[in-house]
Parts: sequence; structure tokens; C-alpha cells
Amino acid sequence: MTLTAERTRGPAAGRRGRPGRSRQGRETLLLMLPALIPVLIFSVGPLLYGIYLAFTDARSGRNSVTSFVGLSNFGDLLTDGDFWASFRIGLIWAVSVTVLQFVAALGLALLLNENLRFRAFTRVLAMVPWAMPPVVIGLMWRLVYHPNAGILNSTLQGVGLLDHNVDWLNDFSIALPAVIVVGIWTGMPQTTVVLLAGLQGVPRELHEAGHVDGATTWRRFWSITLPQLRPVIVTITSLDFVWNINQFGLVYVLTQGGPGGQTRLPMLFAYEEAFRYGFFGYAATLGVAIVIVVLAVLGIYIGRQMREVS
Amino acid sequence: MRRPLQYLALLGYMVFLAFPLLWLLSTALKTSQEMASLTPTWIPRHPVLTNFADAFTEQDIVGSALRSLVVAVASSVLTVVLALPAAYSMARHRSLVNKIAIGWVLVSQVFPFILIIIPLFMVLRSLDLVNTLPGLTVVHVTFTLPFALWMLQGYVRSVPRELEEAAAVDGAGRIRALVKIVAPLLAPGVVATLLFAFISSWNEFLFALVVLKDPDVATLPLTLVKFTGAEGVVRLGPLAAASLLATIPSLAFFAIIQRRLRSGLLAGAVKG
Repeated sequence: MTLTAERTRGPAAGRRGRPGRSRQGRETLLLMLPALIPVLIFSVGPLLYGIYLAFTDARSGRNSVTSFVGLSNFGDLLTDGDFWASFRIGLIWAVSVTVLQFVAALGLALLLNENLRFRAFTRVLAMVPWAMPPVVIGLMWRLVYHPNAGILNSTLQGVGLLDHNVDWLNDFSIALPAVIVVGIWTGMPQTTVVLLAGLQGVPRELHEAGHVDGATTWRRFWSITLPQLRPVIVTITSLDFVWNINQFGLVYVLTQGGPGGQTRLPMLFAYEEAFRYGFFGYAATLGVAIVIVVLAVLGIYIGRQMREVS
Repeated sequence: MRRPLQYLALLGYMVFLAFPLLWLLSTALKTSQEMASLTPTWIPRHPVLTNFADAFTEQDIVGSALRSLVVAVASSVLTVVLALPAAYSMARHRSLVNKIAIGWVLVSQVFPFILIIIPLFMVLRSLDLVNTLPGLTVVHVTFTLPFALWMLQGYVRSVPRELEEAAAVDGAGRIRALVKIVAPLLAPGVVATLLFAFISSWNEFLFALVVLKDPDVATLPLTLVKFTGAEGVVRLGPLAAASLLATIPSLAFFAIIQRRLRSGLLAGAVKG
């Protein structure tokens, strides 16, 4: 990627200052326009307007009057117990899924990087969740978790780990962990593929040198593989965290946020506020609050990683 | 000692990854009587294919699949038509727009959908596009565009600029050079991008949920989710069958581009 960038930079820089430049500028604009217009109208514009809505009392009605209310939505948000409950669940969900998924994916990537049998088969298998529509993943796991007709209860009872049927997705204390497992299953392919690509980029000579110096496998993993992987790890865990905290479809299909709001992630909460109760302004405020949290978390996380490197 | 442990771990991963899939398949092959018996077994006692037939008659699976197909074809073709000129320009001329486009791909990851979907819903409402397939198509095009643009410009870059210049030297006009030289080399990339846009649209649930309130225009993911509403164990067989059928297009897509995904695209995406 960097190579091609270098190459195209050459001629473009050479052309600078020639009379052709303004023509080229016009041509660029003309070529970009068809893509630019829809993105501006249907996503940049709405995004900016959405941020503005967070400071208004907008309602869903077609003719409802919207007025600017300053920070009062944020005040409401901070004193809204339902929001804090949802926020707490969102953080538990996003952090556990991101961390557990990372650990699981790293293990799998390390195995796939070894010369094992069935490697090709597992590799294909590990891609399958990626290829499935999120809705189908949700429905599939509902079948697995089904209290009577699901396979999980009968399997666990078969090996003597359970003595009664558990209603996995409707039990107050089990629903969230059950949903987290689905989150890990769903997100593992991307993380594994990225980590595997990173592992394959670790220079073989480093390992050989470690081997010669008599370092154990474990030691080589800690002091060679992990530091080499660091940029990839930081990138993929950051992305995973953002994707997870903004998760909606999967959990909507699994539980619709139930039981009793135990799996109501922030985006499910926002969706209900906006499209069930019609509080557009308040839902937008929630969105802005999540952006602030995400940026803060990423800022601290990435900042710390960078400092540790230097 | 190490090898057996590794194989044990690999087996663990295989079980974790595969068991929900096998269960979906098993459920899809069971009769409604067996589903109701409440002693689930892995292997169906009397495997049948009737659930697949039922999936077509119960609910509006065929109708919603057709609507999904229309939206997915329209939005993938539109996406590529709109993105191709921009991708060409991004790859061939260095400009500020490149950086902005890549910046937008990243920014659009961070912002939660709710901030975009509410105003977008208001825009569509004022254009009378709510509850219409063109409305959903517009939304899908906009949200696939940035990534499609990024994919396409990578493919344009891989076509050597020298080829184009050589054609020009040989007296071919600019357009002729593009059509005769660049287009054939670009075709695989265009197909990959088309497939990517098609699958994004085919699988998409959230925007469909907001834009298409009317069950008469529901796309496949919406209909599948509605399937479970009036649950009852006996209906789970057809649901599983329909879910499997809905997965076929994306599985086919991944089978085709598997190699590319594994090697290039994502590794490049992460390393920048």
C-alpha cells in the first residue's frame, strides 16, 4: 500500500505548477461529484443535523415544532436512571466482548499460524460467522438457547452440568452473559483474520534469534510476538470496542433488550426513545453522549499504548 | 506434549464455532412433531425437507426475498456507478478529497447510527420515501459508498498508469484507452465491489427496520425476525430453513472472495 502511494506521488508532484493543474482540479471535482453529493445529503448533512438535534426538544410528529433547548437534554440524561442502567450494561457488554473476543481470537490466530492439520478447514469455519447476516446469527442462537427445544439445555443436562431447563435469554442474571457469548462468536472472524495477518508479518528471524538464545516458547511470545503485534492489537481492539458499544441488530434480534432491560444496550435504549416514544432530541443526546464516551475511552487507551511504546 | 494440547485447543474452537451452525441445520431438517416432543436430539429422527417448502409458503418469505433482491441489486449497481469515477480520480490524482474520504470512512465508524438515522428518517419523510424500496436503496447506497470507494480506488491503483499512457502514445484517445485497456483489468475489482455492496444491502437490518414500517414492503431480514414473534415451537423448523436460505448469497460471496479477504484487503486496511 505504501509502495503504490510513493509511486503515484512522483508524477503528481512533478505536474504541480503547470497550466494543466486547474483543468485537472476541475476534472477531479467532476469525477468526485456523483459520489460526493449523496454522501453529503444523506450522511454528512444528517450527521451534523443529528448533533444539532441533541440540543433541541425535537419530537417525531411530522408537524411538531422544534425549539432549541441548550443543554437541558444532557441534564435530563444525567439524572435518568434508565440511561445509567443502559450505559452500565453497554460498558459491561462492550468491554467483555472486546476483551474476551480478543483473547479467543489471539489463541485461534496463534493456532492457525502453526503447521497443524485441519488448519485450512478451521480457517474456513472461522470465517463463517462473518458471512452470516446478523439477523440469522441472532435467530440461530435463539434456537440454541431455546429453553425447551434448544440444544444447550439438553447437552448440559446430558453431561450432568445442569439439572433443570434454563431460560437463557429470559433469566435476569444469565441473559447478559448469554448475549455476550453470542457477541464473541459473531465478532471472532474479523479479529482473528486481522491478528493472523499481523502474526504473519512478524519477521521469522526474530523468532530464530530468540530460539538460538534459548528463550522458551512462552518467553518468545511475550517478548517478541506481542510487542511486534502491538499496533495491530491496538487498532483491532479499538475498532471492536467502537463496533460493540454501537451494537444494535444482534441484541435486538436476541432479546429486544429484555428481560426487564437487562440487555438493553445504549443503542437499543436510543432506538426505543426515538422510534417507540418519539423523543428524537433526547435520543440524539444519547448518541452524542456515547460519542463523547467512545472518544474519551479511545483517547486514554491509544494514548497510553503510545506512551508505553516510547 | 505440545502438539496434543494444540490439537485439543483447536478442537475446542471448532466445537464452539460449529455447534450453533449444526444445530440450525438440524432444526431445519426436523418435523414439527419432533420439535414439539421437547427432547431435542442432534440428529433428526426423521430428517425431512418439508421445512424448506414451508418456509416459502408461510409468511411472505418469497415476496420479501424479492424485495431484498431488488434493493440489493439497485443499491449495488448504483454504488459502483457513483463510486467508480471518484475512485478513478482518487487513485490517479493526489488530492485533499482522498484524505477526506478516508477520514469519513473512519468517522462513520465512530458515530452511533442513531445520530444519522433520525435526521435521515426526517429527510426521507419529507421526500415521501419512508416505507418505499427506493428510500431504503438510497440509504444503503450512502452507507456502502465510502467503503466501496476505498475498495475500488485500491483496484484502480493496481492497474499501472503506464499502460494508460502507453495507449495514449499509440494514438488511442483517452476514453478509448479507458474502455479498451483499463476497464478489462478493472473488471474483477468492480465485480468484487458489486458483490460487497450487494451483500451489505442483503444482510442489512437496522435501516430497514426504521425505514420500512409497513409489513407489506418488509425485506427478508425484517420478515425473518417477525417469524419468531408468534413463536410456538412447531414453527421453528421453517424459521431455521428460511434462515439457511437467507444465508446462501453471503456464503457464496465469502467463498468467492475468501482468499482476497484473507491476504490483502484487511491487512492493508489495518496497516493503512
